[in-house]
Amino acid sequence: MIDKQRNIIDFTLAALLRRKGKNAALLVSYTLVVALLASVMLLTQALRREAGLVLQDSPEMVVQKLVAGRYDLIPLEYRDKIAAIMGVSSVVGRLWGYYYDAGVGANYTIMAPTDSSIAQGAITIGEGIARTRKIGVGDLFPLLGADGQTKLYQVSRLLSSESSLVSADLLLMAEDDFRALFNIPSHLVTDLVLSVGNPSELATIVRKITEALPDTRPVIREDVARTYDALFSWRSGILLVILFSVVLSFLIFAWDKASGLSAEERHEIGILKALGWDTSDVLFMKFWEGMAISFSSFMTGVLLAYIHVFFTSSALFQPVLKGWSVLYPDFRLVPFISPYQIVTLFFLTVVPYTVATIIPAWRAATIDPDAVMRA
Amino acid sequence: MALRTSTTFFLFVTLQIVLLGIMAAHAASRKIAAIPQITEKQMMVRDYGLTDLCLFTEARYTRHPSLADQHSPFQDGPLSFEHFPSGTLAGPPPALLVRANHD
Repeated sequence: MIDKQRNIIDFTLAALLRRKGKNAALLVSYTLVVALLASVMLLTQALRREAGLVLQDSPEMVVQKLVAGRYDLIPLEYRDKIAAIMGVSSVVGRLWGYYYDAGVGANYTIMAPTDSSIAQGAITIGEGIARTRKIGVGDLFPLLGADGQTKLYQVSRLLSSESSLVSADLLLMAEDDFRALFNIPSHLVTDLVLSVGNPSELATIVRKITEALPDTRPVIREDVARTYDALFSWRSGILLVILFSVVLSFLIFAWDKASGLSAEERHEIGILKALGWDTSDVLFMKFWEGMAISFSSFMTGVLLAYIHVFFTSSALFQPVLKGWSVLYPDFRLVPFISPYQIVTLFFLTVVPYTVATIIPAWRAATIDPDAVMRA
Repeated sequence: MALRTSTTFFLFVTLQIVLLGIMAAHAASRKIAAIPQITEKQMMVRDYGLTDLCLFTEARYTRHPSLADQHSPFQDGPLSFEHFPSGTLAGPPPALLVRANHD
C-alpha cells in the first residue's frame, strides 16, 4: 500500500514538474497569500495578548466629564461626591493631555504622575520622544505653554525602550509644571481614577455615579480590555479588507481548479485509466497534487509570516501602522501564537484547495477513458 | 544514487515541520525571556494609571481608543469622513458601539 502511494506521489510530482512554470507561479502566489493572512493573524494575536497582559492593572474605573459630547476637565468636587459613594475605595485625579510638537510634527502624551516623583523643572521622556527629538538625559526640552511662552525643562530620565509599547510618546512632569504649561486651575483635573473594594459592586457604582453626576462617563477596566479585543479582531477596519482579499484569492484558486481540468489534464487521466489505473488511483494522484502545493505553501507561508512579524517588526505593515504618526513606538512583540489560529489557517487554506482539486478529477475519472480521450 | 522524487518531497515536508517546531520553541523561549519586560510595562501601567497601548500617535482617539468619545473621529464636522489612516485600522471601542445601539 505504502509503495503504491509512493509510486503515485512520484508520478504526481513528475507531472507537476512537467508544468514547472505554471506550478511555481501558483506555489509562490499561494505562499504569499498564506503569509499575508498568517502575518495579520500573528500580529493581531500578539497585540491582543500583550494588551491583555500589560493592561490588566490599568485603572479599575476612569470617570470623565462630558460637555456638549466632548471631554472636559473635571472639577475636584466631583471627586468628593464619588468618594462618598459606598464601595469606592479611593478616587484620584489624573492630569494628562496631548501636546503637538510643531518642530517635528509629533504628538506627545503629557502626564503628571500623582506620586510627585518628578521634581519641578524636570521631565521624564519615552524612548520615542528621545529618538524623534534626538535628545537624552541632561538636555533641555522646550515646550510652548498655553500663555504663548516657551518653557524649558531638563530631561532627568529616559523611560526604557523595552516599555516603548506603553510609553514611547509619554512625557512625565511635575503637577505644578503641568498646570502652568496648560494653564489649568488647581480645582480641575483631566479625569478621575477610581478603585473599588469589591469588583462585583462595579456595575452598581457605575449606575450611582451616572445618576449622581449625569454629565460624566465612567469607563471600567473591562471596557479597556474589550476595546483591545475588538481593536484587532477580524471584524475591525482594514483587517476585514485584508481578510476579504485573501478569501477572494482562495475563491479564485479554488474556482480555477473546481471549474474543470484542462484538456491536457483530462487527456492524461484518460490515458492513465486506459493503462489500468483505478478511479481511486486517479483521485489519490489529485489528492497528492493538491496536498503538495497547498501544504508546502501553508508551511512556508506560516514560517515567512513568523519571520515577518517577529523578526522584522512587521516591516511590510509599517506604512499602514504608522499612518501619519511621526512618533511611532519601536517595539518587538512577544510571539504569542495560538494553536487554534494555526489550525484555523490550515483549514482555511489547505482543505478547500485540496477538495477543489479532487472534485473535477473525480468527474473526469468516472467517465469512460475512451470518451475522455476523444473529447 | 539519486533520491526518489517522493523521498525528496517527504524530506522537504519534514524540514518544514522541523522549522515549524523550531518556530514554536523560539516563540516559547521569547515568551519566557519577555517576562521582565512585560512586568516593567505592567508596573508602568499601574504606577501612572495608563489605559492604552502607544500604537498610533496621530489622533487622540487612536492613541487612547478606550477613552475615545463618540464625536472625536468626526471632529471637523458631524458628517466628515475619517481622515487618519489608523482610524481604518482601529474600529470604535465596543463600549461606545453598545451605547450607540441603545441610543
